[in-house]
Amino acid sequence: MDFIVTLVNGLSLGGIYAMIALGYTMVYGIAKMLNFAHGDVIMVGGYTVLVFLAVNPVLAIVMSVIFCLLLGIVIEKVAYKPLRGASPLAVLITAIGVSYLLQSLALIIFGAAPEFVIIANLGTLDLGPISIKYSTIITLVATVIVMTVLSLFVKYSKIGRAMVAVSEDRDAARLMGININMIITITFAIGSALAALAGVCSLLNVPTITPTYGAMPGIKAFTAAVIGGIGSIPGAMVGGILLGIVECLCKAVPEIAPYTIAIEFAILIVILLVKPTGILGKKRREKV
Amino acid sequence: MASFMNKLSKIKWNHYVNYAAVAIVAIVFSAMTFAGGLPQSTLFLLEKTTMNIVLAVSLSLVVGFLGELSLGHAGFMCVGAYIGGKTACLLDGAIDGKGILSFIISLAVGALVAGVFGFIIGLPALRLKGDYLAIVTLAFGEIVKTVFENSSKESFGGPIGLRTPRFDKQYLFIIGFILVLLTMFIIQNLIRSKHGRAITAIRDNEIAARATGINVTKYKLVGFIISSSLAGVAGVFYSFANSTVKAAVFDYNYSIEILIMVVLGGMGNISGAIVSATVITYINTQLQTLLTGDLAVLKDIIYALILVVIIIYNNAPSLKFFREKYNMKALVSKIFKFVGKPSAGKDDESAWHRVPTKIEMNEILSTDLKVVESTLEPDKEDKG
Amino acid sequence: MAEYVLETRNLGISFGGLKAAQDVNLKIKKNEIYGLIGPNGAGKTTVFNMLTGVYKPTTGTFLLDGEELKGFSQEKINHKGIARTFQNIRLFNNMTVVRNVMVGLHNLPEYKCSLMESLFRLPRHFEVERTMRERAKELLEIFGLIDVRNHLAYNLPYGKQRKLEIARALATGPKLLLLDEPAAGMNPQETAELMDTIRFVRDNFDMTILLIEHDMSLVTGICDNVTVLNFGTTLAEGSVEEALSNPDVIKAYLGD
Repeated sequence: MDFIVTLVNGLSLGGIYAMIALGYTMVYGIAKMLNFAHGDVIMVGGYTVLVFLAVNPVLAIVMSVIFCLLLGIVIEKVAYKPLRGASPLAVLITAIGVSYLLQSLALIIFGAAPEFVIIANLGTLDLGPISIKYSTIITLVATVIVMTVLSLFVKYSKIGRAMVAVSEDRDAARLMGININMIITITFAIGSALAALAGVCSLLNVPTITPTYGAMPGIKAFTAAVIGGIGSIPGAMVGGILLGIVECLCKAVPEIAPYTIAIEFAILIVILLVKPTGILGKKRREKV
Repeated sequence: MASFMNKLSKIKWNHYVNYAAVAIVAIVFSAMTFAGGLPQSTLFLLEKTTMNIVLAVSLSLVVGFLGELSLGHAGFMCVGAYIGGKTACLLDGAIDGKGILSFIISLAVGALVAGVFGFIIGLPALRLKGDYLAIVTLAFGEIVKTVFENSSKESFGGPIGLRTPRFDKQYLFIIGFILVLLTMFIIQNLIRSKHGRAITAIRDNEIAARATGINVTKYKLVGFIISSSLAGVAGVFYSFANSTVKAAVFDYNYSIEILIMVVLGGMGNISGAIVSATVITYINTQLQTLLTGDLAVLKDIIYALILVVIIIYNNAPSLKFFREKYNMKALVSKIFKFVGKPSAGKDDESAWHRVPTKIEMNEILSTDLKVVESTLEPDKEDKG
Repeated sequence: MAEYVLETRNLGISFGGLKAAQDVNLKIKKNEIYGLIGPNGAGKTTVFNMLTGVYKPTTGTFLLDGEELKGFSQEKINHKGIARTFQNIRLFNNMTVVRNVMVGLHNLPEYKCSLMESLFRLPRHFEVERTMRERAKELLEIFGLIDVRNHLAYNLPYGKQRKLEIARALATGPKLLLLDEPAAGMNPQETAELMDTIRFVRDNFDMTILLIEHDMSLVTGICDNVTVLNFGTTLAEGSVEEALSNPDVIKAYLGD
């Protein structure tokens, strides 16, 4: 029975990773860059919740999403847009700089001590031998909804299809009259909003926050995105869920719990060695 | 006599300028120590600077010359620090653990083990490129960190860290400078040889390098092994400079900081890496000491702002015109106008001292996935 | 000494069921300039990729001077004596012209120098560097690139980049030189110059050359024999006039 609880917890954690990983993977697919500051957007979302929590929990969540969405746009416009067409490594370093910047801003405003962010006091659902936290269930439901909406959006909306086109071939998309800059901005906005949602969900489960709150989930989600095949939206989902389950299973066994991170990263390395482009990644080859 | 003069004139002096610069700095500081002693803070800064220079120059081999992005350099350093530190602990009973002999043995062991890890991480580099290799190296660094963090108390000290014998504090920085010179010697000699040329050829065009008969497997591994052993050397040095080695120090943020030193120094520019490692270490430590109390929180934000501004200024396509008008080179040539024209016209000697040029950075972090050709499998062979 | 420098026997490859090339039988004699022609997508470059080890042939095999090379790695095949140029020029762009050629000389036995000899600057290192540079300069002299030897390869004009690629391939000391569309993007005058260069290479380097080309003036001008490919299969082979007057070939080029 414990196993099932662990599995459900894993699914829920995986959902959070998947939501963050979607931000990485979409930005990678469309802007061709690793947005290292993505994890820190989660942290900003968390603190936004903290600020507005006194007013109303629902308002706090909404504000968190809106604020992160705007933040995503601002970061893109200020830090990344000037570097469009510059080398990806320069963009990567800038992203790292933005990440430091966000973290240190949070440190100045909120201090290094952990803050408690209790959005709602949720109980546990008792099903005889199994008891599952409501927060877990809410996270799961939220994940499913987000994934479905996003998949439909990408597949059927005009903007979504434009995003796919840009990620396939940016130049061809531009020739077809797609406004690349707008698509990239929208991608950042969506990715950041998802990060905020992921932040809210993980705060439901573990209600403390520090300025480096987003760093580890960010790296993990990035790992998840690569495992699934970076650039691929279903890949991010698969990778996130897989990583979440592995993490919960590892943590359930006391002997190997301290090595959880090492095991997760080892899985990443093994998968990449077997399939260099991730589980669902597309193989592109250079023509000789 | 004439033949001797002739020989002297043939030596490419400009090869040795950066050695000389480092040596002069080392001698000046040594003299100051012997004369009256340096304050603790300066000694600390010198140790940290020399360590970071070794790290930056060695990473420069992989990123700038081999053209592979590594985010796990601190992981190799971690291996060196723990293994070297442990060796020193074991030697402490047998021979004097604080002596130079113990240091040299630890250094060799640490570098060797780190080199073995470099080989292991070089293997995926044969198959993966760009972002994928970046995440694998990052993962490697985190794995190493976790494993040492959770080691038993007897073996590597576990979460509280490994206690190591400390070297005589007063003169440790001199060893640091010797290690810097050693690193420069190895990396520059490698780069300025046919082997270095093969490595840069792989960076510039892997497919062409293969077709030209370059053993890509060998040279990629050579690059990774040398770079990681030198990171191991820096790690051993760290273990001697500090009384405890804690895994948490060697996280990916440290790897990224080393990468930043390499990038700001100009990819494939060793002197640049040395300068930028020095400047970054200095700024970091100065900010730490200047901004005390309530202002301490400003340290990171200033650092981050400097970083973003420099990168955007140096790389934004829209600022290209501005950059070309006002850059260091133009400034220097304005000041030293009277020196005359650069000696480019003479023969290839002048071009030769220039270590293989600055690299187009997008060739490293591929915008498109580059799957190495050999991973493409045609259909299975028909038998018969 | 085998009768043919290069002999392919029923060489073929398929990707996911698609037969990109099949039953290619080339027989190239020493000092021959041999053309491999055909419409776009005929599988010419695929043949080159098989001959240089980029792809492993699915069927058949090929022999260089009577030695079977199928299944060897790209670098091994180069050491055995096949060098190539690329359709889209692949130079070491951030390196100087002279160094591009020196990379080509890397594996020749006379320039052998171990890693340790280089790291510790033993006399051997300096000797090898000096002789390699001299040899590279000789090659550049031949190709008229000596004046630009200290320029970055990237900054050369197109025609010189093509020449440099040939020089680099020759530096590896091959028995057989594969040229993939050497005249692509050249004007008639440059093409004429290129034809002279190719002939010169054959005569002075005792070279056998296999080339892919669309420019028929070049093919008729210098090729001794040709093979025409279409959809991966051989349409015709023999002397240029014979092959080009073959009705199948005319149909393949001009349509029905």
